[in-house]
Amino acid sequence: MNLRFYLLRRIALIVPTLIGLSILTFSIARLVPGDPVGLAAGPQATAEIKEALRREFGLDQPLPVQYINYMAGLFRGDWGQSLYTRRDVLPDLRTFWPATLELTTIAVIIATLLGVPAGVISAMYRNRLPDHIARILSLFFVSFPAFWLAMIFQTWFGRDLGMFPINKRLPVLVAPPATTTGLFLIDSLIQLDFETFLISLKHIFVPSLVLSFSAFASITRITRASMVEALEKDFVRMERAIGIPYRIIIFKYVLRNAFIATITVISLNFGWLMAGAILIETIFDWPGLGLYAVHASLSLDFQPIMGIAFLYGVVFSLINILTDMVYGMLDPRIRYG
Amino acid sequence: MAEPGKGKSSKRNEARSARWENIARGLYRFRSNRLSMIGLLMLIFILLVAIFAPVIAPYPEDAAGKTRVMARLQPPSEDFVFGTDKIGRDIFSRVVMGTGLALQVGTVIILLATSIGVTIGAISGYAGGWVDDILMRITDIFLTVPALVLAIAISAALGKGIINAMIGISLVWWPGFARLTRSLVLSLREEPFVEAAYGIGAGHMRIIFRHILPNAVSPIIIKMTTDFGFAVLTAAALGFIGLGAQPPTPEWGAMINDGRRYFPDEWWIATFPGLAIWLMVFSWNLIGDGLRDVLDPRARR
Repeated sequence: MNLRFYLLRRIALIVPTLIGLSILTFSIARLVPGDPVGLAAGPQATAEIKEALRREFGLDQPLPVQYINYMAGLFRGDWGQSLYTRRDVLPDLRTFWPATLELTTIAVIIATLLGVPAGVISAMYRNRLPDHIARILSLFFVSFPAFWLAMIFQTWFGRDLGMFPINKRLPVLVAPPATTTGLFLIDSLIQLDFETFLISLKHIFVPSLVLSFSAFASITRITRASMVEALEKDFVRMERAIGIPYRIIIFKYVLRNAFIATITVISLNFGWLMAGAILIETIFDWPGLGLYAVHASLSLDFQPIMGIAFLYGVVFSLINILTDMVYGMLDPRIRYG
Repeated sequence: MAEPGKGKSSKRNEARSARWENIARGLYRFRSNRLSMIGLLMLIFILLVAIFAPVIAPYPEDAAGKTRVMARLQPPSEDFVFGTDKIGRDIFSRVVMGTGLALQVGTVIILLATSIGVTIGAISGYAGGWVDDILMRITDIFLTVPALVLAIAISAALGKGIINAMIGISLVWWPGFARLTRSLVLSLREEPFVEAAYGIGAGHMRIIFRHILPNAVSPIIIKMTTDFGFAVLTAAALGFIGLGAQPPTPEWGAMINDGRRYFPDEWWIATFPGLAIWLMVFSWNLIGDGLRDVLDPRARR
């Protein structure tokens, strides 16, 4: 069985999960005890207007028919319409999604750059001072409410130090780079526009740093645990016996073995941070899915809420497949089958 | 076999003393972990604050939203240790009065999530076959979407309010418990004592509740502990967004949201509730960290 076949099978296996997810999001939207149409139409709306709105959104049909329509729409790329802005959900998600993806990616990179070395140091100095410090620090930071820390950091870095911008992805007067991926950091590099690259890097730094804290602890812990386990393997003793320098053993052999478990946790964190971004985005006025989700959920705009939940599900499933592929690259013993 | 009655009770005593020995050993290992003891002391402090809140808070009536227009937006002073908010309520009193609420929220979420998760996980692991397949597919669907996103969607659909937020969070929190319980039941199911119980004619319910689950308790309790802090954190996040507790409830997340507009000039409104959340979550994380070592010595060697 080769990789391509394996990939196709994995992707095919997502379909039932996504159908299940669509049932879930559909049921959530139907939990709504209030009358979203009444809310959207406003207090002055007559019964006829509400009825017309209801018909327009297909809410007058029996539930199974509504679900079939909803699911067919999902596959056709018609993810419904916002009750408030009257805009289609999918194009909106496409607009806001890159901002969240960019924020989350940088946060995962920061968390990895901080967490993996902390875990390695912890394992090398097991039960000694550096280990204890890393452990306390990671528990210390993961316990902060991220949205609160975001406010504090925004003030420190943005206002008191004046080193970093306070909010948004770019200043009002800077035109965003021509859209290829929607990720400003990458788009600006494609355009060879290094100035915009630097400006957007400055904008993304503080929010992604705050976001990364909630992933720091779990990455450190798993790196430490799997390093400790790998360090006790026979091949390490053998390598030490034949005189390979400790540093090389750690970085060339142990880390690679330990990294497989770490990769799982990092990719899980990607999903969690994407959710955590919702809170960070509200503080930094970051125009991503989070701001969109909060607005929609506060105003009972159920189509965007369903769309966001569904999109997160799709992305999370894809991340899992990607993780499995990275395993294979790190550990040649793993065969796809 | 001359005295079957006595033999039985001494067997039972033996089993009990073995269990006690395990617990005692675990307690010793927990006590020797200084960080966890600090966490436990912090939690006891929090519990005391929650119990004696009406006595500690100088203005307990502020929790209900009593206004004091003359003293609005006062910085921390002798009269108002943590300052006052936009309508002159004492932040210190509200933080203190909110302690019990935060503990209740965490408890309800964790208990609800545990009961759903353990039931589903136990049935799934014990029954196997298509029951297991269906239950685990459902669990997987919940795990495809990050908990916070689903919690926001469900609480939004149910309507704003702390009760609905708790329901929403519990409904997304159980899959972890289901997965854990299932894996425990799967391995316990093959144990000889389960086979023996089955052999002497014990029913499925009896086997699950009397023989399997008691042996699965400690990992579940540890997960309950480590999750408690994060459940409180999630509830606070919903309160902060505006979906959770509504004013004038002294819920910490909602208080931070309240103080957001005044930050950083009137920094005290949002800062102190945030520190309170941090203290609560940190104490549970310290305790959970120690408990993890007790249960899984592999994790910390």
